[in-house]
Amino acid sequence: MKTKKLLLGDEALALGAINSGLSGAYAYPGTPSTEIMEFIQADPTARRRGVHSHWSSNEKTAMEEALGMSYCGKRATVSMKHVGMNVAADAFVNSAMTGANGGLLVIAADDPSMHSSQNEQDSRFYAEFALTPVLEPSDQQEAYDMARYGFELSERFAIPVMVRLVTRLSHSRAVVEVDDEPSAENQLGYPANPRQWVLMPAISKERYKRLLADYDDFEKASEESPFNFYNDGPDRSLGIVASGLGWNYLKEAFPEGVPYPVVKISQYPAPRKMLARLFEECDEILIVEEGQPLLERRLRGLLDSGKRIYGKLSGEIEPTGELTPDSVKGALLGIKGDDCKIARPEIREASKVTMPRPPALCQGCGHRDVYAALNGVLEEYESPKVFGDIGCYTLGFLRPFNAIDTVVDMGASITMAKGAADAGQHPAVAIIGDSTFTHSGMTGLLDAVNENSPMTVIISDNLTTGMTGGQDSQGTGKLEQICLGIGVDPAHCRTIDSLPKNVEEMKRLFREEIEYPGLSVIISRRECIQTARRHASAKAAQK
Amino acid sequence: MKSDIILAGVGGQGILSIATILGEAALSDGLHLKQAEVHGMSQRGGDVQSNLRLSSLPIASDLIPLGGADLIVSLEPMESLRYFPWLSPTGWIVTNTVPFVNIPDYPEESAIMAELKAQGNVVAFDMEALAKEVATQRASNMVLLGACSLFIEGIREEDIEKGIRNVFSRKGEAMVESNLKALRAGRERAKEYAKQIKGDGE
Repeated sequence: MKTKKLLLGDEALALGAINSGLSGAYAYPGTPSTEIMEFIQADPTARRRGVHSHWSSNEKTAMEEALGMSYCGKRATVSMKHVGMNVAADAFVNSAMTGANGGLLVIAADDPSMHSSQNEQDSRFYAEFALTPVLEPSDQQEAYDMARYGFELSERFAIPVMVRLVTRLSHSRAVVEVDDEPSAENQLGYPANPRQWVLMPAISKERYKRLLADYDDFEKASEESPFNFYNDGPDRSLGIVASGLGWNYLKEAFPEGVPYPVVKISQYPAPRKMLARLFEECDEILIVEEGQPLLERRLRGLLDSGKRIYGKLSGEIEPTGELTPDSVKGALLGIKGDDCKIARPEIREASKVTMPRPPALCQGCGHRDVYAALNGVLEEYESPKVFGDIGCYTLGFLRPFNAIDTVVDMGASITMAKGAADAGQHPAVAIIGDSTFTHSGMTGLLDAVNENSPMTVIISDNLTTGMTGGQDSQGTGKLEQICLGIGVDPAHCRTIDSLPKNVEEMKRLFREEIEYPGLSVIISRRECIQTARRHASAKAAQK
Repeated sequence: MKSDIILAGVGGQGILSIATILGEAALSDGLHLKQAEVHGMSQRGGDVQSNLRLSSLPIASDLIPLGGADLIVSLEPMESLRYFPWLSPTGWIVTNTVPFVNIPDYPEESAIMAELKAQGNVVAFDMEALAKEVATQRASNMVLLGACSLFIEGIREEDIEKGIRNVFSRKGEAMVESNLKALRAGRERAKEYAKQIKGDGE
């Protein structure tokens, strides 16, 4: 039996995983992937079964924990945003070498258009590089169905399977038909070839040959996949390759049916036979894919000397940002003119008076007090530099604070401040949130401890992972112990509450520690105003 | 039937609760639905929008194409202007007129209203005042929901009311009633405006 449910793409995939016998979900929060784990944490079946759903410290620990569960024969997911793949990369690439035992889905949610990210990297490249299959759902129903299919694929070939989502699917709701009865979980059971899980050179050399051979089988599976198909059309002057959401925009452009032959791709390695047929039967080719032009580069080849191909590299589709129904229509009109019979819509002029409205730190947010105090002290210096990090406090770059000089990746505040201090920069200040600190700041702090680098680290602790909506932060209640344990001098490991009434006290403390010619850590603490409100209303509801 | 709706506002204002109630109502009326939301960074006081697509036929794209929206529904006047290129030539704008000023270069209200009025099919009024009059100021998004529901064919009023019951029932019957009052008042007020505009055109 099936029931209809209104679900986000993220939620559809999560429920699909639960209903196909998921035993453990692992993740670090990151837009647009966060709702996958949040759904599993709240789902009644997952709760009843005790499916693992605690947040991990970062994407690498999450990936390895999921791999450990897979080793023991159970089905696991690890989910993250695209840049989380960089953190998990060591574990991910080598998981293709060990292979999987219980079904293992590596869910990477890409963010083309950088709605909430620092770049537009395309996770499909990682899978191609590591030699794993990829599933790329084009709608919420496929996201649901691909969980079971993906686990089965993973177990059939004993390989981790990447599921690539994009923001527009992760955060879009639609009606999904879901199973009423969840399947049973796998029993504990060990890999058929246990040696393969010890990646010493002698074993890896053997295994790599096998993986390369298996990759041909993954391609055969793509040719037979229910998610890849050849959609024939009468007009062979153009053939279209559409992957993931590209297929939807194509259908949107032609409500009566696409007149050109289309190869729709939602499973990789790309189905070469289908593509060969398209190339043979059609005069020219258009490639519609979300993200970076992976298929387009492969199909053009290095010399691009074959058939005429249109896409992002030749400019018919904007090379940056996400696909839209308009960019796909525009490409078709650009290539075919009115022959493609797409109506050109009448478009109103944009408003002339509307101003941009960038996001800002909430009123009542402790990060505001940290920046107010920090700016107050740093104006006393000629050339202070503040190395920022990833989180709500990144907004300190914007007015009114204009308080940070760099933002690169999770944890880079501490290590870049150290490099700057090594170069002779003073003051060199790092500002990092509590969750980012335990994600990737702690190891860098050890480097600074070992050299007693003359720099000041401010951990702006709001007791949560704020930007993604208030998930548990792994260091809550442990930050002082962690810093002291790493070896920070107790005399220069200071704590203060980030409150408007404390700003003068904060300034005094910041000044003292900036003046100290060695490493200092200041933990400035105040609960996130959003989670504080939620906790207050939950408490009120209990009464 | 199809209705493509852009819901607009400022992060934290509550456009997603409007989307949720409309979505539930559409589902119980057997319609197809896609609703693209904004999560993450811009929810912190930035401009936010949601594309809500309802149709009796399957819907392909999660996003509304340019010139394709039947309705712009906004909790804030300047935010209702941001999406003109998406509005179809026959589309309607339903917006609250109370500015949410959290940027230093917020435009003159008169300039906003002039641009808005020039679009023709516009229902714009102070929804906070109406909410306060019939319920509480916090129910102004329900006034907006009521006002915009007039322009969405295919969703029955009682299904929207049922949606409100579902969302607010755990907060008590008084809360449900207050939100229903706001909803109905918004719908009635929008009827008056629509009558005037349609009357002008004939």
